[in-house]
Amino acid sequence: MSQEILNIEKLCVSIGEKEILKGLDLKIGEGETHVIMGPNGAGKSTLGNTLMGKEEYEVTSGKVTFLGEDLLEMGTDERAKKGLFMTFQNPIEVPGVRVSEFIRNSCEALGNKMSLWNFKETALEQMKVLNMDPSYLDRELNLGFSGGEKKKAEIFQLLMLKPRLAILDETDSGLDVDAVRTVSEGVRVYHERVGGSLIIITHSTKILESLDVDRVHVICDGRVVAEGDRKLVDEINANGFEKYIKA
Amino acid sequence: MSEEKTYVEDINRTIYDVIDDDSDAFKLEEGLSEDIVLQISKEKDDPDWMRDFRLKCLKIYNELEIPNWGPGVDGLDMDHIYTYVRPNAKMSNTWDDVPEEIKNTFERLGIPQAERTSLAGVGAQYDSELVYHNMQKQVEDQGVVYCDFESAIKGEYSEMIRERFMKLLPPTDHKYNALHGAVWSGGSFVYVPKGVKVSVPLQSYFRLNAKGAGQFEHTLIIVEEGASLHFIEGCSAPKYNVANLHSGSVELFVAKNAKLRYSTIESWSKNMYNLNSKRALVEEGGRMEWVSGSFGSHVSYLYPSTILKGDNSSMEYTGIAFANTGQNLDTGMKVMHLGKNTSSVVSTKSISKGGGINTTRTSVQVMPDAQGAKSIVSCESLMLDSLSKSDTIPVMDIRTDDADVGHEATIGSISDEAVFYMMSRGLSEEDARALIVSGFADNVSRELPMEYAAEMNNLIKLEMKGTIG
Repeated sequence: MSQEILNIEKLCVSIGEKEILKGLDLKIGEGETHVIMGPNGAGKSTLGNTLMGKEEYEVTSGKVTFLGEDLLEMGTDERAKKGLFMTFQNPIEVPGVRVSEFIRNSCEALGNKMSLWNFKETALEQMKVLNMDPSYLDRELNLGFSGGEKKKAEIFQLLMLKPRLAILDETDSGLDVDAVRTVSEGVRVYHERVGGSLIIITHSTKILESLDVDRVHVICDGRVVAEGDRKLVDEINANGFEKYIKA
Repeated sequence: MSEEKTYVEDINRTIYDVIDDDSDAFKLEEGLSEDIVLQISKEKDDPDWMRDFRLKCLKIYNELEIPNWGPGVDGLDMDHIYTYVRPNAKMSNTWDDVPEEIKNTFERLGIPQAERTSLAGVGAQYDSELVYHNMQKQVEDQGVVYCDFESAIKGEYSEMIRERFMKLLPPTDHKYNALHGAVWSGGSFVYVPKGVKVSVPLQSYFRLNAKGAGQFEHTLIIVEEGASLHFIEGCSAPKYNVANLHSGSVELFVAKNAKLRYSTIESWSKNMYNLNSKRALVEEGGRMEWVSGSFGSHVSYLYPSTILKGDNSSMEYTGIAFANTGQNLDTGMKVMHLGKNTSSVVSTKSISKGGGINTTRTSVQVMPDAQGAKSIVSCESLMLDSLSKSDTIPVMDIRTDDADVGHEATIGSISDEAVFYMMSRGLSEEDARALIVSGFADNVSRELPMEYAAEMNNLIKLEMKGTIG
């Protein structure tokens, strides 16, 4: 394994009274691509939201180290500044805030201050990868975006913000074949240019087609129940999760 | 998530809050009496009709009651307001001749810089008098007049002014109009001749420096047939622990097929009583546009009103008010549809924070002859915490059955989801909230020239500082 970037040990997380993650372990190395699969309600999105520091997700025990530091001690913005990123399944609409304004502010917060001209140039270059129209930049953040546009806009931010570790939370769900291909291409470009690590939470395999997968983890009932290489994806596609779900 | 609470009582308004020494300014004694009004009149070398008008206004002032329907004005004691403070400076048309300290104040506020880059003319009032007035030669050559009110009243346009002065805003309208009529000083007169389109805005900036003083400038703008103008008004003052008063009057005359846009960015200090009156009269096919950002003052009463007199005349109002701790802002607008096929489009937004109070009053009147009138009013409120207050009070008085009138009001708060989303991209909680609020104000800043939009965004950022984390 290459240099470790994220180490999750025996992580337990509750929402309200309900325990969702029940002692989850996961290690991610620098530049690696990991896939997380699992049935609905297994805790996949909880993992992403917990890593990003969402308030309702209460860590009851366990440890998460990100780049050698205690991730759970950091606020959400500090985690982002440290190089963590997550795409949202359904990113919220923020009226009046322009896409360009938001991303430029984010880049600046992450230490990449750009002139307006420079920003535009960089942005247009990344948008080309995703077949996005330049007019996106002047639209209000996620407002009235179609499902596909929202997902693309999230990958666009991935390309602009260049995180060390990106969690893609079902970025491919609800997309048609062409859109999945575009999103997948965006992820590939990110991986190639930035060399960051990926945690891809997914139900389908289409997004994985053009990506090299290092490791696959199956989560059931808040724990990792199986691990393997890419072949595990095919096996699950053929047989489903049945054999991992405890009776 | 960090639980840091950074609640501060007052924000940093450094650029607005610098107090200049006013020891060498000339002040009339505080309070309001016939003697003081006469002294102001003498100081200004009024024509007789104006002196008589002032005295008439004083009488009306003494007869009228304080308005009993809005925020309290108990903290305002006219016996302790200096109605006239003349800075130790003569009016000049070059900044080099403006005394250093006063010039520095306007430099800090960015006025000379803006004049160089984006304005066709500038007037700068300091306390009761203008200290600077200048207009670009090419605009002057078009026949545009932009000058201080005192010169105007004695010059070529004196008859035109006499016919209109406080006719749109008569002293009998309310007590503070009467007060204004009695002690007014300073302000600007603008005349745009027939067919002349002024492509670059003119700006007047009003700075009230003296402690416990009142500012009563009068602005009168005439835009003749087919002409167009964008006029910008900015105001600020340093903060004192005694009440200051602003009671300006703005009278706007928009002739046939003319267009006037009047933009205001107001950031009075939070000891200011801003009891301001603005009214526009629009003739056939004319268009009036208001853009208004109210950020400062302790108490504001501000409802720019528009009389759509001519057929096919129209108005648009876009405004935002931000009430923070200790502020009670009573704002809104009024429109009266008199002509046929007149239209009004109104969008007000209010932001309330830290116990601030916003009341938005809108009044739409459609008179019997105004067939085919259209009016749409939208009022949106954003509440940043549960301490604050926001009220929307719409009034509609429709006297014809051939009118299309709509009103909608919404109230909302900043969603935790949106803050989390932005923080996940590296923004601090404070910056995330400020950006969301700027987004809420976006339709106003888009109506402003770039420099002013930037100033407004800065004001929003200032007000958002120290948001409870």
